[in-house]
Amino acid sequence: MARMTGAQITLESLQREGVDTIFGYPGGVVLPLYDTLPQFPGLRHILVRHEQGASHMADGYARASGRMGVCLGTSGPGATNLVTGICTSWMDSTPVFALTGNVARALLGKDGFQEADITGITHSITKHNYMCMNANEIALAIREATHIATTGRPGPVLVDIPKDVFQEETEFEWPEQVSLRGYKPTTEGHAGMIRRAAEIIDQAKRPIIIAGHGVIWGDAHKELVELAEKACIPVITTFLGIGGFPEEHVLSYGWLGMHGMFYANMAADYADVVIGVGMRFDDRAMGRFKDFNPTAKIIHIDIDPAEIGKNFKPVVPIVGDVKRVLPKLMEETKQQTRNDWLRWIDQQREEHPTLHIRESRRMLPQAVIRSLYDETQGNATIVTGVGQHQMWAGQHYFYKRPRQLITSGGLGTMGFELPAAIGAQVALPGQETWAICGDGGFQMTMQELAVLVDEQLPVKIAILNNGYLGMVRQWQQLFYDKNFVSVAMTQPDFCKIADAYGIRAIRVEHKSEVELAIREARNHKGPMLIDFQIDQEENVWPMVPAGAALSETIEAPAEELAR
Amino acid sequence: MSTAPHSGSRPHHTVHTVVAIVENRPGVLMRVSSLFRRRGFNIESLTVGRSEEEGLSRMTIVVDGESAPVEQVEKQLYKLIDVVKVSDLSHEEMVARELAMIKVRCNNVNRHELLDIANVFRADVIDIATNSLILQVVGDEDKIDGLIKMCEPYGIRELSRTGRVAMVRGTKTTTVHEREPEKIARIHEKAGRRVDNVELPFSSD
Repeated sequence: MARMTGAQITLESLQREGVDTIFGYPGGVVLPLYDTLPQFPGLRHILVRHEQGASHMADGYARASGRMGVCLGTSGPGATNLVTGICTSWMDSTPVFALTGNVARALLGKDGFQEADITGITHSITKHNYMCMNANEIALAIREATHIATTGRPGPVLVDIPKDVFQEETEFEWPEQVSLRGYKPTTEGHAGMIRRAAEIIDQAKRPIIIAGHGVIWGDAHKELVELAEKACIPVITTFLGIGGFPEEHVLSYGWLGMHGMFYANMAADYADVVIGVGMRFDDRAMGRFKDFNPTAKIIHIDIDPAEIGKNFKPVVPIVGDVKRVLPKLMEETKQQTRNDWLRWIDQQREEHPTLHIRESRRMLPQAVIRSLYDETQGNATIVTGVGQHQMWAGQHYFYKRPRQLITSGGLGTMGFELPAAIGAQVALPGQETWAICGDGGFQMTMQELAVLVDEQLPVKIAILNNGYLGMVRQWQQLFYDKNFVSVAMTQPDFCKIADAYGIRAIRVEHKSEVELAIREARNHKGPMLIDFQIDQEENVWPMVPAGAALSETIEAPAEELAR
Repeated sequence: MSTAPHSGSRPHHTVHTVVAIVENRPGVLMRVSSLFRRRGFNIESLTVGRSEEEGLSRMTIVVDGESAPVEQVEKQLYKLIDVVKVSDLSHEEMVARELAMIKVRCNNVNRHELLDIANVFRADVIDIATNSLILQVVGDEDKIDGLIKMCEPYGIRELSRTGRVAMVRGTKTTTVHEREPEKIARIHEKAGRRVDNVELPFSSD
């Protein structure tokens, strides 16, 4: 045992938990921590340009690597700037550890300079949070917080430490065991329930698996493939589940939801048994709840018992870790073929080819994404923002492995793309990483370009620039009688902005230049930005209008296809 | 919730009594109450106090069953790290009580009437002054409502109710004790110190 300051204990504990990178921004109350940082050469600190960037980077790091991401901010505005990123991880269940400083203990609750009640603010968007009022609480808090963030259904945690607690000296004692009376995630599925599920699957004529983010976080993609192949069940994913089942697999039928594949929506709506695996039956995926496939028997497998029965009442609820449940379910189910059912979906796909890109003299964003897929042989990690470009990136790139698509699905955080791509690149330095951006969202966090230069990260940035907040424009066109309000944006010259940071950039104004630009970016050693001046009024199809049922999916109208 | 008018009579107003055993830590009350607010569950009453186990508090929460399915309330509560155990007592044989203090206006002329009323409700007079007295009553909500109604004509100056506390009848508990090891239980039984599985013919009503 050694005497250590609170700051030393904090960094020592993080290191013992396997942390190697901290995305942070210094400030008054965390100065003791930054003062101590050079004593820990194993901890790489990446200086962001805005704390929101730090929380998204930690999230991107976690999503790309499967390990916990760590972000750090000072008290008050530093802490509140982390909130959007923390909430993004909360909604998508990713393990992010937010560390904040706070004012000295004597000033707490007195509205001291840069004081914010960050534990109060983040109660509802963290799995749990801690305020350490003594240095000897820090190690246990970090140990428990890490355990909570990375086990069960993952999620963000926050540890808040007052300035003078960083400075306080105490004996460092590392708690070997974590024991929380109120936190014991169920991992083994109920054997009887699994047997019932297998019986229902065996008797099903038209079963379908809807695989969610939980398959990726549960590291259960292999188990999922084995079950699907043995029982011959077609698989569709949720938007966040993309990559959890290889899209080139013969049983893969894309993803469902508001902008999902037409045939995926139809298959989900026509199935007689719906098996939800590691997903939460979200409204964007399922459409209007009361009209989602009313006759289907639902089998719901998830590690979070609160998700079961929240939106749909399953016939068979299975609480457990998908990695443990799926193999047991596979053992219990019979091997069989369901050619009629697969043929039915195949026919839907032939008649409604969602992923067909029409010929056009315009630069279609779909075609830009498809070119990127072709040029990268489908191997790149794709990180998106939120909006039209996100949906096109989900539709027209094909994903073959988990963690290949990194996107803010639950919260829908614009500006997520660039910092999350930075985090992903830091986690996997050798991996080709593309940030697909909208012109609106890029401007929310583009200050993080500086981090690419600082850290020499070769992230490639593709802006699908249509001069609009495209998804909002689409809704105003379709549902607000073309009353376009506050959606057209004057854009800066993105190439000049990149240039100002010393980042190479090119503008692509004609579709014939798309491939060349992508090749140039791939051949360039460092980061590079491409400003694709895409067609301005292209819409995302198909679409389930807000509040409609999956069966009411609308495909692109003829006049739009003629453009 | 549905805004459609109910056809015919309103369905029976369902309340659920949920007991949560929670870690006795700062912020736990806020975590629980903010969970209810965020999920749109209506709380009719919430009481907190220490439990028989050191470091654990017991919350008794009465939830409006129409605002949320009670199993969602339970599951969401369980997600809080500081919540150790949740039980819905609604389907159990339970005893539920509430305490109320009622400060009622009175004078020399009508005081004896109030004392008579208090007697009927087995309420105690815990303070008396020339122009008022404080009644303390313990019982279920209906009983307290009844006494309040009887006091209203005299003028209620102040009213304070604790909200419901509840326990399951019989030997079953809603606590988080580890079960007594069988061996020890047998020793107790042999010594005649155990009355397990024997319902006593006793009711507080």
